[in-house]
Amino acid sequence: MTVDRHRRRALASGAALLAAAALGAGVAARGAERVIHVSARRFAYTPNRIELKVGEPVVFELVTEDIVMGFSIPDFKMRSDIVPGKTMRVPLTPDRAGTFIFLCDIFCGEGHENMNGQLVVS
Amino acid sequence: MKIDRRQFLKLSAAGGGAVFASSLAGCAGMAAGGRDFYFVQLSDAHWGFNGPAVNPDARGTLPKAVAAVNALPIEPDFVFFTGDLTHTTDDPIERRKRMGEFKEIASGLKNKNVRFIPGEHDASLDHGKAWMEFFGETHYSFDHKGVHFVAVDNVSDPAARIGDEQLAWLAADLARQPRDARIVVFTHRPLFDLAPQWDWATRDGAQAIAILEPFQNVTVFYGHIHQENHHMTGHIAHHSAKSLIFPLPAPGSQPKREPVKWDASQPYRGLGFREVQAEKQGPKYAIAEMPVVKS
Repeated sequence: MTVDRHRRRALASGAALLAAAALGAGVAARGAERVIHVSARRFAYTPNRIELKVGEPVVFELVTEDIVMGFSIPDFKMRSDIVPGKTMRVPLTPDRAGTFIFLCDIFCGEGHENMNGQLVVS
Repeated sequence: MKIDRRQFLKLSAAGGGAVFASSLAGCAGMAAGGRDFYFVQLSDAHWGFNGPAVNPDARGTLPKAVAAVNALPIEPDFVFFTGDLTHTTDDPIERRKRMGEFKEIASGLKNKNVRFIPGEHDASLDHGKAWMEFFGETHYSFDHKGVHFVAVDNVSDPAARIGDEQLAWLAADLARQPRDARIVVFTHRPLFDLAPQWDWATRDGAQAIAILEPFQNVTVFYGHIHQENHHMTGHIAHHSAKSLIFPLPAPGSQPKREPVKWDASQPYRGLGFREVQAEKQGPKYAIAEMPVVKS
């Protein structure tokens, strides 16, 4: 679909940059992290509730089942595009406890406003 | 009988509107040296939306707003719609149908000086293609009675970016203005991080604000959040407008950004449009919030 091609072209370059920027969010060396798989599709994430521990380094492995999506956790200033056909790897080590929203920040259609989930850090 | 605008705003408030008279630094010089005038801002009509629980009169609210604007005792200088004219759809034919219907209803405004910018529901799924067929450019500027107006598009990119090209255009456009120029910006999303957790932000909005920052008299009017909100970034004032379809909760006030349910005992509550007046004297700047239907 034309729209998908446009979205992909416009966002692919930004995705790599943003994923790289997220590395600065504070993560230990590769290999020690717990990997959390998150799958996105219009207009939901699976899972939509993720539990983490304070100080625990994790890597989100993000895929999309249909179009380009965003995965953003504003409270940790972490985000990535999720591009079809690719697995985006984004590290995070939460530095505080609480319940935080993650959401799609790339408009994807009528259910976009409800495309979110909870990150529960204890 | 000619009614003084200040008197008119008082009358409007008495008739059910709320008046927000601001002496905010960002607005202080708005009409200094210019001429007294006012315009109307409407926003977020979401034509095509269907959700009886939040608005059982979805096809009637916009026409009522048009009628309310037409009934104003003093005609505004112009009318500005700050985006989400239509509700999004995947179907390009249906999208154009909604835009055509919206345009037809808006053509019922007595005032023919009507301008538009898109919201993400109008433009994000096709990068503004259908929008431009119906409404023209998605970003532009114009001058009116001593005020320089700039329309900024932060929705045609689905990632909510203004983009380097448009930012360069904005900088070049403003470079022709003196630092004390009276500048009003129209946009859809907030340019600042109002509530990124609810997608109430513009990814590169900080760059736009940095371009606006050197100018002493800048005011931003936007939509997107379906409610009145007033915020300062430095000396720049940002005012969001109510919707014409359903209100949304205050930013961060509850876990989910769910539309406020329709209250049959207070129909159309939280919906409305606004009048914005630039004055030469006194508070210089006034916003009157007007209901779609007077209670």
